[in-house]
Amino acid sequence: MKRPRLTQQNIVFAIFVALFAVFSIFLRGFLSADNMLTLLQNVAVLGILGLGMAVVVIGRGIDISLIASLAVPPGLVLEMVQSGHSLPAALGAALALTLAFGLINGWLVAYAEVPSLFTTLASGLFLAGLGQVAFFQLDVVQWSPALDRLAWLGQGGLAGIPTPVLMFALASAAVALFLRTTRLGGFIYAIGDNPYGARVTGIPTRPVIVLQYVLAALIGAFAGMVMAASVNSMPTRIFNSTLIYDVILVVVLGGIGLSGGRGGVVNVVIGTLLIGTMLNGMTILDVSYSGQNLVKGLVLLVAILTDSFVNPRNEETAQQGDI
Amino acid sequence: MNEKLVSLRYRYWPDHLLGEILSKRWTETAIPVIVLIAVAIVFSRAIPGFLTPASLADTARQAGEIGFVVLGMSLVIIVGGIDLSVGSMFALTDFCALFCLDILNWPVAAVILVTLAVGGLLGLVNGILIGYFRLRAFITTLITLIVYRAGYDLLILDYSNQIAAAFPDLPSWNFMGGGDLFGVPSVALVYAAVAIFGHVFLTRLRPGWHITAIGGSRRSAYNSGIPVRRTIAQCYLASGVLTAVGALFFAARLGTVGGDIGVGLEVTVLTAAILGGISLGGGKGSVAKALVGTLIVLLITNGLTTLSAPGGVNRMVLAGILLLAAMIDIRWVKNRYRIISKVYVSPTYHAMPPVPSTAADSGTAFALNDRLREVSEIGLGRIEAPEDVILDREDNLYAGSRHGDIIRFFPPDYERMEVYAHIGGQPLGMAFDRRDNLYVCIGGMGLYRITPERKVEKATDETNRSLRSVNDDSRLRLADDLDIADDGRVFFSEATVRYEMHEWPVDGLEARGNGRIVCYDPNANTTRTVLRGLKFPNGVCVAGDGQSILFAETWGCTVKRYWFAGPKTGKVELVLDNLPGYPDNINLASDGNYWLALVGMRCPALDLAWRMPGFRRRMAKRLPIDEWLFPNINTGCVIKFNEQGQVLESLWDLGGVNHPMITSMREHRGHLYLGGIQNNRIGRYKLPGADPDFVQYDVRWGRRA
Repeated sequence: MKRPRLTQQNIVFAIFVALFAVFSIFLRGFLSADNMLTLLQNVAVLGILGLGMAVVVIGRGIDISLIASLAVPPGLVLEMVQSGHSLPAALGAALALTLAFGLINGWLVAYAEVPSLFTTLASGLFLAGLGQVAFFQLDVVQWSPALDRLAWLGQGGLAGIPTPVLMFALASAAVALFLRTTRLGGFIYAIGDNPYGARVTGIPTRPVIVLQYVLAALIGAFAGMVMAASVNSMPTRIFNSTLIYDVILVVVLGGIGLSGGRGGVVNVVIGTLLIGTMLNGMTILDVSYSGQNLVKGLVLLVAILTDSFVNPRNEETAQQGDI
Repeated sequence: MNEKLVSLRYRYWPDHLLGEILSKRWTETAIPVIVLIAVAIVFSRAIPGFLTPASLADTARQAGEIGFVVLGMSLVIIVGGIDLSVGSMFALTDFCALFCLDILNWPVAAVILVTLAVGGLLGLVNGILIGYFRLRAFITTLITLIVYRAGYDLLILDYSNQIAAAFPDLPSWNFMGGGDLFGVPSVALVYAAVAIFGHVFLTRLRPGWHITAIGGSRRSAYNSGIPVRRTIAQCYLASGVLTAVGALFFAARLGTVGGDIGVGLEVTVLTAAILGGISLGGGKGSVAKALVGTLIVLLITNGLTTLSAPGGVNRMVLAGILLLAAMIDIRWVKNRYRIISKVYVSPTYHAMPPVPSTAADSGTAFALNDRLREVSEIGLGRIEAPEDVILDREDNLYAGSRHGDIIRFFPPDYERMEVYAHIGGQPLGMAFDRRDNLYVCIGGMGLYRITPERKVEKATDETNRSLRSVNDDSRLRLADDLDIADDGRVFFSEATVRYEMHEWPVDGLEARGNGRIVCYDPNANTTRTVLRGLKFPNGVCVAGDGQSILFAETWGCTVKRYWFAGPKTGKVELVLDNLPGYPDNINLASDGNYWLALVGMRCPALDLAWRMPGFRRRMAKRLPIDEWLFPNINTGCVIKFNEQGQVLESLWDLGGVNHPMITSMREHRGHLYLGGIQNNRIGRYKLPGADPDFVQYDVRWGRRA
């Protein structure tokens, strides 16, 4: 029998369980079915974004531009439909934009060899600026009735489970299948583990890296559609928020190391659940937004500190350029 | 005619400068500086008055504030980390300053101190977590970004109204915010002081080097004993303090605690750092780069604001420039060494007359013979690479070895040996001075001295920097051979200033006068270059008149004479021209003439190639280095010549069994001792008819009483 090891993933899971238990015992209404669904619904979009981030992080990259992919292409759909274009045309334009964005990101990282942090930092800024200048009249793009054919993405539910949660589950299943069963998924792990080794063994590393960013952009845009459908609008100023940091935390806390090649969809789910539980519990406790951030940050700090004690790194094992 | 043109073109066109300029460290900053100039030109065309003093002073004020934060971020990036929490630290320290000033009504000095301390504390949290607990910088500062920001939001909830209502009117505080000296804003002055210190710190001081070393390779830094954890922690602390400085000036200028202060600042600061060319991953960066990056970012944002461009355009331009600069910079840094290695080797035109015959029946003094066949071996297999050999007055034999030692063999049979002194670099030429100090030229290190007590001392490792040279030629790269004048001055040759010792064949491929003769005066402890532009000057020997030295130019295949005293001081005269081989060391013979080693013989292919610089350039660019045409050093001889430039005799060994190659020879008590830089032995040859009591240093310095 394998002894469960104290990996970061397990530590975070333990914290989640402990937190969940404490909240269930001491918070009235926390453990109700309604609240559980609300909890999940609130973090579903974050979870989907986490999946996109996970694909890139497993391949030893990072995608800061996810929020731009979340805001701009879905915003474009809403805006185009609002101004009288047909739904397929709007979807097509948004899809083309998303693909182009992912391809450019990937090309810059894989072929121009710009570090992913900078590529996506800049390209995210660029896309957000482009949206502001060229696409949107107002900061919040409204959901127009012509789009109701897509409302199932975020509205309603199935057997009492809200759609965003279902969408998260669906996306998780799809990404898990892709990562674990397809050859390309295996390539991503190989590249994340050792890019040079992967290249030497004949894996087309550069195209696969491009694919990672295209996938991330598509997942980001999907999350954006789910969000737009569930809140009936697209607040494009979301780009200015610290949402991207939450996404990174979900991924890293779940146990997907930033040095790549480790972790999977399970880790994203665990990370999402932890964040969701914390936020939900604090909302019930009526902690202010800043207070929630403070507590969230401190809990995360404790999590990675514990990890550093349980799995210490030193000057010999640390990887160069590993930030 | 055509060849004449070629020779003129290579004499007057400085081909070698391109490679030397490119290999300067400051060319790494070239791309950011060009971007900065381009940005400045574009905006000064588009906006009237963009570059007026008033506008510049305003830019300088903001540049100073952000500049401090960029400096901190640069430090952290150079040490191999990243600090995303600067925006939140900026907000918190801004709040701290205003809280102390407006609500606690503290004096300005106390406010400054406390704010800096708070900034340091916030940075120290990062530093302890990342430095000592080995957390990942990215994720840790991401979390502190959130925590600090939340703390700030909670604080301003309670105090923002009070702070907004206060209007402190303190002259010193106002001076920080809006004052200037001779039109230069106060913040720019402080920034300049900090930047200059930062530059000196990073480039000249030990802790600065530690930071760069850790960023370059954390493991190597750790293994070489650098306190890695403490240094990293200190860098984050410094980042916090520098951010606090920026926030102090910001607080003094605006005096507000709005909710969006410092939001996204980390992006701006990161952009500035990367635009300046500070590479993520560590080990590379400078204050100048941080400054250039800051200016680019500010010029762009201010310019676009003045042009009243919408926020989106602002973002797009900034992002576009960031991407473009990062792309070019990465290409440039990646390929710079490849480009340098392609253009650094710059051959010149070098024509020599037809080689004199060395045929056995040619009747010349160079005629081949087998006189050295009877050479006996000393220290066979026990010594490696004795470039030069020397004997002292007690008949002890000294030779250098590749392992960085001077080896001493004891008379009479020279079977017993010991390590006389360990130096650490490869010893080349050697000479004893009047007080029996052994002066040694060490390749890559300079001129060293071993006292009779076996103490190794550095005589000199640098000379005066020549003004017109792009390469820093003050360090001695390849001190080769030396001799000591009667007044104690040491004249030594430096074979090339463009290559390291192991690259000497490449210098032969260039055949440019890259070498020089340097004089070290032990009495005044000064070192001056006396002759430049020599083609691989090698052997040096003080001539019989005591006023001049004879020196060999290996690639010039000549021996020349340089007067350092007497009526002809400073003059150079040709002694031997058009030798059939490449001359190496020169030493005194017992009959008043000179021995000269020819380390290798000329070959028609290289002679021809030396007249075709274009051919050699193509070779250097297109072929791998082991396929280049190099001077042959497989076989050589010893010749004897007199001061009139007549070659008297030559000693050859056509078989080369006992002593394969010759770089040096010393006559001592009727024997000739031979050294060779690729040999594992020292040769000893009985000279027929030579003075059996000849001891070089008895002749030079007088017999000891």
